[in-house]
Amino acid sequence: MVHEVVIQNGNKMELHLCAEHAAAKGYILPTVPVTQILKQFAATGKSLKAQKAAARCCEACGLTFAEFRQTGRFGCATCYDSFMPSVAAIIERAQSGAVSHRGRTPKRIEGQADRAAVRRQLIKEIESAVAAEQYERAASLQGRLHQMGAEKKPPTEPTT
Amino acid sequence: MSDQTDFNSNNDNDVVVSVRIRVARNLAGFPFTGRASDSQRQEVLQMVTHAPLGGAFPDGLAWVNMTQASAQERQLLVERHLVSKHFAQSTLPRALGLGHGEQLGVMVNEEDHLRIQSIFPGFRLNEAFDLARSFDQALEETVDFAFHQRWGYLTACPTNVGCGIRLGAMLHLPALRYSGEIERVKRAAKDLHLAVRGYYGEGTDAIGNFYQVSNQVTLGASEEELLQHFRDEVIPKLIDYERTARQMLLEKNRPLIEDKVYRARATLKVARLLGAEEATKLLSTLRFGISSGLLHNLSIECVEQLLLQVQPAHLAQIDPFAAEEEKGRLSRAILVRRALGDYAEGNPEI
Repeated sequence: MVHEVVIQNGNKMELHLCAEHAAAKGYILPTVPVTQILKQFAATGKSLKAQKAAARCCEACGLTFAEFRQTGRFGCATCYDSFMPSVAAIIERAQSGAVSHRGRTPKRIEGQADRAAVRRQLIKEIESAVAAEQYERAASLQGRLHQMGAEKKPPTEPTT
Repeated sequence: MSDQTDFNSNNDNDVVVSVRIRVARNLAGFPFTGRASDSQRQEVLQMVTHAPLGGAFPDGLAWVNMTQASAQERQLLVERHLVSKHFAQSTLPRALGLGHGEQLGVMVNEEDHLRIQSIFPGFRLNEAFDLARSFDQALEETVDFAFHQRWGYLTACPTNVGCGIRLGAMLHLPALRYSGEIERVKRAAKDLHLAVRGYYGEGTDAIGNFYQVSNQVTLGASEEELLQHFRDEVIPKLIDYERTARQMLLEKNRPLIEDKVYRARATLKVARLLGAEEATKLLSTLRFGISSGLLHNLSIECVEQLLLQVQPAHLAQIDPFAAEEEKGRLSRAILVRRALGDYAEGNPEI
């Protein structure tokens, strides 16, 4: 039902139109209140996003992200890559903002570390942090990138 | 197992009861313990218990099969802080390796495949660190640990990732507790990313005013940096707080402290029935009395030993009948009176 009030030459005229006649006069009638539509939209969006995130699954051990959220424990080493980028955010929060390992490296992989991949990942995260105006985090990541540059490089074959 | 406590007189033992280094490691190529199948857990057990350890551990470790250990034996290990309560109660295939006169304990198939622990009395953090590290490195010669270029050593819980190392100290903080300052210290510790826990670790009470303090951050710093911070800044600060609080209490409220200490001694000397918790609290007060200079004829070493012996599983080792609670209370009271020199067979008046 649409109520139309027209004031013309000082005369007030009220029209009460049924949905069919209102549509014929060009009124667009919402069948459901807009607030409800937005709520549904938001809920659907959130639920889809949440469902998608929760359904993510580690390719090696089959642990789902929802299971991880429930227990706080990863299933295997591959989980750390399977659940990126959420893993980075979780670890940084748990580890007071630390963004990467600076301690000992096992002998077996010393000198063959794929530092380039870590660098690329850090640069990507710096860009995202700056875009999200998380300047403190960006600075911390930047610091780590510099440290990586300053750290001892793996020994190379002596040249003659 | 020996009940002897190796005590170094110059190691801040008025406040620091013991220190512990715990290193978490997982074997590469296996799911973590919680996600692994029983056959994979068995395989991990086999690999670790049969790994050659080289010159640093010529005799290897003595392995305890936890699935075959009795409830009392498992409780004994908890009382010695050699295993977690969680590990003692688990039903998974698991084992505990002991070495260096129990200063080294290695739990296999805890939350992580390996939890390497070294425990030393007093503030001997460097020794504990070196022992844990030497075992970690010896094992790494023969097995591959799960490692990630960015995150370091991988662990089931992301709070342990990186170095996988936790440095801990069991502190005796009666004065901070009596003065009510302990809550402020706990808040400050939280801000410094330290965990403050009870006598038997996570989720347990600080019975007898014994607190376990450990680092919570394991990523973004080297092992040596973590050690240095904990050894040179964190623990000295806490020792200083406790000593200042003791001094203040003795200056401002000496009768109250004397009353507590002397009442504790009197109760322990005359009690006919003693529960484990009551005995722990009273012995803790004696410990405080000795380190504050109020008691002279007792040593901290003696009290430390009693603190262990009055625990239920330890008591049952001395007196098998003490496994029953009521008989245990009787037996515990006799043990304490005997140790404090006021027990004589056939003299019920004492």
